[in-house]
Amino acid sequence: MAANPMTQFEVYRIGPEIKVGAFDISFTNSSLFMVVSSLAILIVFSLGSKKSSLLPNKFQLLAELSYNFVSKMIGDTAGSKARPYFAFIFSLFMFVLFCNMFGMIPYTFTVTSHIIVTFMLAAFIFIGVTIVGFIKHGFGYLKLFVPSGVPAVLLPLIVVIEIISYLSRPISLSVRLFANMMAGHTMMKVFGGFVISLGIVGGWLPLSFSVALTGLEILVAFLQAYVFAILTCIYLNDALNLHH
Amino acid sequence: MIKKILFQLIFLTFLFTGKVIAAESGGMPQLNPEFWVSQIFWLTIIFGILYVVLSKIILPKISANLESRKSQISDNIEAAEKQRKESETKLKEYDEIISKSKNEAKSIFNQAKEKVLKDINAKKDILEKQIDEEIKKAEEEINKLRIGAPKKISKIAIDTSSELIQKLIGAEINNSSISAIVDDLTKKNGAKYYGN
Repeated sequence: MAANPMTQFEVYRIGPEIKVGAFDISFTNSSLFMVVSSLAILIVFSLGSKKSSLLPNKFQLLAELSYNFVSKMIGDTAGSKARPYFAFIFSLFMFVLFCNMFGMIPYTFTVTSHIIVTFMLAAFIFIGVTIVGFIKHGFGYLKLFVPSGVPAVLLPLIVVIEIISYLSRPISLSVRLFANMMAGHTMMKVFGGFVISLGIVGGWLPLSFSVALTGLEILVAFLQAYVFAILTCIYLNDALNLHH
Repeated sequence: MIKKILFQLIFLTFLFTGKVIAAESGGMPQLNPEFWVSQIFWLTIIFGILYVVLSKIILPKISANLESRKSQISDNIEAAEKQRKESETKLKEYDEIISKSKNEAKSIFNQAKEKVLKDINAKKDILEKQIDEEIKKAEEEINKLRIGAPKKISKIAIDTSSELIQKLIGAEINNSSISAIVDDLTKKNGAKYYGN
């Protein structure tokens, strides 16, 4: 009986300790599940793109549906200018989705339940989007912080709020995914613990909860990957088509 | 709705986890910086490889597959459209040919009819001419005969009457006297017999 629901989030070394300077970059269970998720993505999509037939087989259908899904998502939120970033957003969505989904298998590790992973992704997106914005619009990108049609009196306040909201984007983006994943998994573990502690007599209620939660968590796993990708698209849209 | 439930669940969870964490020591492993560098390192490498492989090898293939399917379908539709148009023009041509040949057949029939009618008319004309000629000839002959008839008749009358007289009275009478009588009678009744 695993007493602590947080033990599932522990990272431990697999294999030898690798150190570069003062930094420990050993291969861990987290790295293992990143590799597993990426390999799964690559296998599914390479099978899905192997041969072109007019009537697609199952893998091809899956690959093409995902392609169209992400393509439509980008087109709807960021427009046609975001086409060059399609591959990145596709990879991002698939990576987050597969990591979330692999986390749903019992005894696995959920990569995205670690704030450092989601924060790295979010920070990369934030920096990338900011760079894209400055490349596209030069210093005109700063107009993003000055919405049009605002009374001059309110302008200083609005600009400060805009800047804070812009800077908090990576934090909100990363914490959203991390908190959802961690909360869901912890909750499932807690209910699982209740099943054991209440035994054969009272365990049925938390067991049914656990079953329902599994369904919910699968939904959340997909939803959070989708939200992560679509927010990236929205940020990209801000950088590409300066709306304010 | 889902979001609301989710939020409530998360809130509940934090209550539970808070209690559990309070009971145990250690807290959240996520906040333990021991493996942060390792996670960052491996995330960068693995996500980088994933991105490169997807963007350089797999996604272009999927996109090409989709494109080729799209173009194949549109090509097929185009070809079908083309063939439909072709068949329509062919049908039109066929109809034209049929109507043309119908007209031709009609005209040929009409020509033949005209020709036959002409022939018939020509032959009829010729026949009529011939018949007319024959009729004329016959009429001439009849006229000739009619003109010659009184003389012959009067001669026959003279001959027969001289012979009759001879047989009756056994005497020969001068032909000239008989002929005078016949002439006289002919003049008297000729109009009655010959219609002159």
